[in-house]
Amino acid sequence: MFDARTPIPLPEGSIEQQTTTLNLGPTHPATHGVFQNILQLDGERIVSTEQTVGYIHRAFEKLSERRPLYQITPITDRLNYCSSPINNMGWHMTCEKLLGIQTPKRVDYLRIIIMELSRITDHLICNSIVGVDTGAFTGFLYVMQYRELAYEIYEEVCGSRLTTNIGRVGGFERNFNNTAFTKLEKFLAEYPKVLKEFENLFNRNRIFMERTQGTGAISAERALAYGFTGPNLRAAGVDYDVRIHSPYSSYEDFEFDVPVGTTGDNYDRFMVRNGEMWQSLRLIDHAYKKIQEFKGAEAEVFHAEVPEYYLPKKEDVYTKMEALIWHFKIIMGETAIPAGEVYHSVEGGNGELGFYFISDGGRTPYRLHFRRPCFIYYQAYPELSKNAMLSDAIITLSSLNLIAGELDA
Amino acid sequence: MSTTETYSHIQEIITKQFADKVFNFQETYGMLSFEAPKELNLEVLGFLTNHPELGFAFMTDLCAVHFPDKKGAELQVVYHMHNLEKNVRIRFKVSTAIEDPTVASAAILYPTANWMERETYDFFGVIFTGHPNLKRILNVDEMTYFPLRKEFPLEDQTRIDKDDEMFGRGGNLLTQSLQN
Repeated sequence: MFDARTPIPLPEGSIEQQTTTLNLGPTHPATHGVFQNILQLDGERIVSTEQTVGYIHRAFEKLSERRPLYQITPITDRLNYCSSPINNMGWHMTCEKLLGIQTPKRVDYLRIIIMELSRITDHLICNSIVGVDTGAFTGFLYVMQYRELAYEIYEEVCGSRLTTNIGRVGGFERNFNNTAFTKLEKFLAEYPKVLKEFENLFNRNRIFMERTQGTGAISAERALAYGFTGPNLRAAGVDYDVRIHSPYSSYEDFEFDVPVGTTGDNYDRFMVRNGEMWQSLRLIDHAYKKIQEFKGAEAEVFHAEVPEYYLPKKEDVYTKMEALIWHFKIIMGETAIPAGEVYHSVEGGNGELGFYFISDGGRTPYRLHFRRPCFIYYQAYPELSKNAMLSDAIITLSSLNLIAGELDA
Repeated sequence: MSTTETYSHIQEIITKQFADKVFNFQETYGMLSFEAPKELNLEVLGFLTNHPELGFAFMTDLCAVHFPDKKGAELQVVYHMHNLEKNVRIRFKVSTAIEDPTVASAAILYPTANWMERETYDFFGVIFTGHPNLKRILNVDEMTYFPLRKEFPLEDQTRIDKDDEMFGRGGNLLTQSLQN
């Protein structure tokens, strides 16, 4: 029983300690995901940070060693779930690289439309959450309906919204229907105005600028040393973009700019992401125009002719013998996969998403490693938040675009 | 210069420095890869990074692979390095015996290697000597084994001895029907 006369035993040294220990997370509303940080605070200033990660580790790499190719696609959905289509397509392109499959141009352009849409939805979430953390909730709610519209486009193409499992090795499961294109046109027509208004709300907003400028800054040298990629690296002034350095899915056919920052602080990260959304819109618009140029039979192409790896149409599976055989062989992983090791990377929503795939010729990968950008750059957080105010460190956490699903794999 | 020329040039520079200590040069799926003894890993990494013509200063990835059949070289640590200026990538591997899984840590040279080495230790048990904080990162601290090693196969999905009726395998109904 509690006796008020006996003193509560305190850990040794805790009275002499000059700092306060604060457990931020793992389930704190301000961390937007399962992140735990044990902070040493001097007043409101952060002296040191110790991160704990792995709360939602789901053993993706181990699971992949037992799964045929198509069963790994849903795993990639759950990495960076704000832009799952990029992960899905990155995985399919890795398989295509190993299997030596060439995709038709129309497939590449359709993929670009979907990937750039998901880049927009990814950046949209990140930037509007930075807004929420600085006290502006309006922007977040205002742009959400356009994320919804983008999700409806995914829905038309693959049937699902967040964890999309979109596409196949060699292309898409079905051609884009008219509704998908109508919705895309609506998106292209209306979203620029919304994004402009979103920018009006933040870019020159004094409160926002004072909260974000100069906080969470990192120099280009340190960012490179920490393995930063994606918008976070570009905000520090390094124009590395996988889409330009190692073009995939015919990105070389397009012209677009790579926005870069100078200081690598929260404001620059925000501005780089906004700039990228404009570039993504430009890419989508251009890709859509190119798709309309296809005529005749070419205009109906939505996958490469690779029956060994491309799942046949469901109607055919039910009615045709050959399709049924392929269906079973592919699902059971009985089609031949060459032995070899391949590294393929795509520009994900928050950096270079790499797939290191070692195949021994068996039905499942011998080893599959995901290079998860936010796992790698989250290491820099103690350095970014050192000597910062607690409330600024929260903004830094958001503006790094950390996604717990990707971080913990 | 074409990529093949670039790669043969890179191979020349590396073999000139390390002679026959580096081996197994291969170009697979557009990336040059080679191996070196594990004692040389930091020396090779430093050379790749600092040589004026190579300049592989950006560490893209670090992971391990387990080959139980390769006696004396069961664990392989794979580094992916990138020269961002010339946009060339290279893959570099070192192998270690599973009884003595020590490899020198690159975390001091490349801060990015810190967590990647912790992850590799966590899943494969590779002990990176000289690492500032080598402890588990994604798994629980109390774990006593290294789960990505091949001696831990995932559960056979066709097993029927589990009473797991709600998940469509085993269960009383199925076992009864099998007995009859």
